[in-house]
Amino acid sequence: MTALTRHRLFWPAVVLVLLLVSNVFFAPRFFSITLQDGHLYGSLIDVLRSSTPLVLVALGMTVVIATGGIDLSVGSVMAIAGALACLMIGDLPDQGSVGGVLLAVVAAVGLAAVLGIWNGVLVTVIGIQPIIATLILMVAGRGIAQLLTDGQIINVSSPPFRMIGAGYFLTLPVSVLIVAAVVVAAALLTRRSALGVLVEAVGASPTASRLAGIRARGLTIMAYVFAAVCAAVAGLIFSSNVASADSNAAGNLIELDAILAVVIGGTALTGGRFSLAGSVLGAVLISALDITTYTIGIPAETTLLFKAVVVVVLCLSQSAAFRAVVFRRRTVGASA
Amino acid sequence: MSDRPILEMTGIRKTFPGVVALDGVDFRLFPGEVHALMGENGAGKSTLIKVLTGVYGIDGGDVRLAGEPVHFAGPLQAQQAGVSTVYQEVNLCPNLSVAENVCIGREPRRLGRIRWAAMRRRAADLLAGLDLDLDVSAPLHSYSLAIQQMVAIARAVDPAAAPATRPQPEASGRGSRVLILDEPTSSLDASEVARLFEVIRRLKRDGVAILFVSHFLDQVYEIADRMTVLRNGTLIGEYRTAELPQMELVTKMIGKELTVLERLDDQTRHAAAPGEPIVAAHGLGRTGAVAPFDLTIRGGEIVGLAGLLGSGRTEVARLLYGADRPDSGRVEIDGRPVTLRAPRTAMHHGIAFSSENRRTEGIIGELSVRENIVLALQAARGWARPVPRRRQDELVARYVKALDIRPADPEIPVRNLSGGNQQKVLLARWLITEPRLLIVDEPTRGIDVGAKAEIQKLLVELAGGGMAVLFVSAELEEVLRLSHKIEVLRDRRLVEEIENTDGVDADRIMQTIASGATP
Repeated sequence: MTALTRHRLFWPAVVLVLLLVSNVFFAPRFFSITLQDGHLYGSLIDVLRSSTPLVLVALGMTVVIATGGIDLSVGSVMAIAGALACLMIGDLPDQGSVGGVLLAVVAAVGLAAVLGIWNGVLVTVIGIQPIIATLILMVAGRGIAQLLTDGQIINVSSPPFRMIGAGYFLTLPVSVLIVAAVVVAAALLTRRSALGVLVEAVGASPTASRLAGIRARGLTIMAYVFAAVCAAVAGLIFSSNVASADSNAAGNLIELDAILAVVIGGTALTGGRFSLAGSVLGAVLISALDITTYTIGIPAETTLLFKAVVVVVLCLSQSAAFRAVVFRRRTVGASA
Repeated sequence: MSDRPILEMTGIRKTFPGVVALDGVDFRLFPGEVHALMGENGAGKSTLIKVLTGVYGIDGGDVRLAGEPVHFAGPLQAQQAGVSTVYQEVNLCPNLSVAENVCIGREPRRLGRIRWAAMRRRAADLLAGLDLDLDVSAPLHSYSLAIQQMVAIARAVDPAAAPATRPQPEASGRGSRVLILDEPTSSLDASEVARLFEVIRRLKRDGVAILFVSHFLDQVYEIADRMTVLRNGTLIGEYRTAELPQMELVTKMIGKELTVLERLDDQTRHAAAPGEPIVAAHGLGRTGAVAPFDLTIRGGEIVGLAGLLGSGRTEVARLLYGADRPDSGRVEIDGRPVTLRAPRTAMHHGIAFSSENRRTEGIIGELSVRENIVLALQAARGWARPVPRRRQDELVARYVKALDIRPADPEIPVRNLSGGNQQKVLLARWLITEPRLLIVDEPTRGIDVGAKAEIQKLLVELAGGGMAVLFVSAELEEVLRLSHKIEVLRDRRLVEEIENTDGVDADRIMQTIASGATP
């Protein structure tokens, strides 16, 4: 039991369960999942589906943070990816063409990779602090996305593209399957190769890593590329789900939620040890929190405040020092 | 020395996950005494100090200060109660001025505003008390490590550290009642040590109780009145220095007779059968670091670098490893010219480098012992070719055993290990890369006699197996004992190369260090 409570993901997991359970009081059918037309429906599925962009962005953010950096440009990269894909699909003679959609997807992801290289080069080669280096693309990126779409919202009606964000496969939402695949691939890539430990070494101590002969530059650039690619996929899911490219709404402020998810997941902002599973949990928790505010009917104007309170409670529950104070008081009270 | 202890610790128990660091340890400290805390690495000395200063909580036992039970929640509280610490590695802010470092957290103020002039005056006064005349407005990093250490001591003895609002019967008006010096001399040269000891004696006369930790036995015998010996987290005993001969002390510390040290001497001096040159530097130099020098290191040879602190020892080592870029000269490996652009290039040519700053440039604290040991090998292979887990476990198990790394659990974070064991982890990291030239900068600094002898023995064995070793140390004795050839540095210039034959002794080398090349 103590081994369980000491696990660094124990308290976030408890908060997630509490959040989900609290929904039942307001929506009794919250936990029921039904099979309709070969699709699974239910609030839990909604939680998963709505969390997909954030899980992806948090995944990339985790690796960047592990190198000791941060990536503020992920929201803008989402917007650019969505804009480029919708632009290309809108120009297709037949929007139903699978090949055309695939080409658009590949182009969007490829462009994101280039943007990731841009971030990585600014940080490693030019030596700009990550928060400033990625701020450049965060600001400029929305501009690029708007240039691509001429400042308009581009609507598409392409069934293959729609599959990405709103489709179902084997009773499950395609977006959830895509994210699961990316998570598994990322976990295998970082832990089965030496990427994970080398990134952690670079983040924990750049000087010691250099003297140990680690090529920090390449690793760091790869981390930014990974973050950008994850953001691009998130952008595609988002824009597919609404069947349009909205350069202002796509990924708006998602970088902050992603950073929060990473921190909840137990990765320190100073770099070093990282936990992909933790970040996934953190991202799902944040989405569950959003949904909970709707189900329990928190007035729209106080949603952000409610969210802040839960985040504070969560952070306190993760602090060993705070728990020690609470427990000490309790034992003193019991013995008195 | 009064008969009532100012500090009394009884039955102290402290555990970390998987390790009992202290098991029922008692410790007493009297006003006006210098008390040495002795023990090998991992014996629990640092843990005891951290428990005393409130860095760690305790799992059992109690601490009394002047008869009152105390429980410090952190170093600040301890300091306010008159317990100050100067740590082994200087824990100050290098980017702030000397004056700020001395006074930080207790700046003289008026209406909430810092009185800068008064602060500088106070810092200068305190430093003058230690016979130091520094520009207190200069940033701390512009001074050598030795001076920084003195600044840390000045900070610790600042009377303002313990506010006058607390009545202090033992030493009214004074700063610290208890001063803890954790390896204060590990980066000081002989004259600086003498100066420090004067300061210690002065504080002692003023009734300050001083807890002194050092691995230099001679220093302990010079300054300490009594000593407490720990081994593996348990108390071995408390002795008067005068009544405990040095050999007996060492036996108590390591729990077995020490014979390794004497053995080594003759092995190296006469077993010199160096092979082909492995690395040769010609006119290698870097402006502001070290003047151009020539140096050849052969297989099977231990080359020692001797010189005072700041004489350019580390700089030579770093140039040969490509950690810094030379701006003149060239390097040949196996007779072929190479450019050592970065550590990585040097590594590919079979050069390994263990830095003197093992905490910041060596080990990576949050990674496990296993990950730290495999790191250099993994870096050489690149990320796409991970060292298979089974092979990692084999290598790690072999070196944990060969170097006696304790605790022998390869999965705990390396920051939980003591300094000596961290050094061994760092050596293991390089040894598994099977280097041809091993550069070790101060590998025995701040570690205990037992581990020190083991590391020295290891270096001799490695050279015996054909490896070239460049050995950098501030301890002349050690350089003399191990090296076949000694390169003497003075004022960032390599001034003489001395074959270490029978006639060579410390005096001979000191002469060169003091006067430059012999005529």
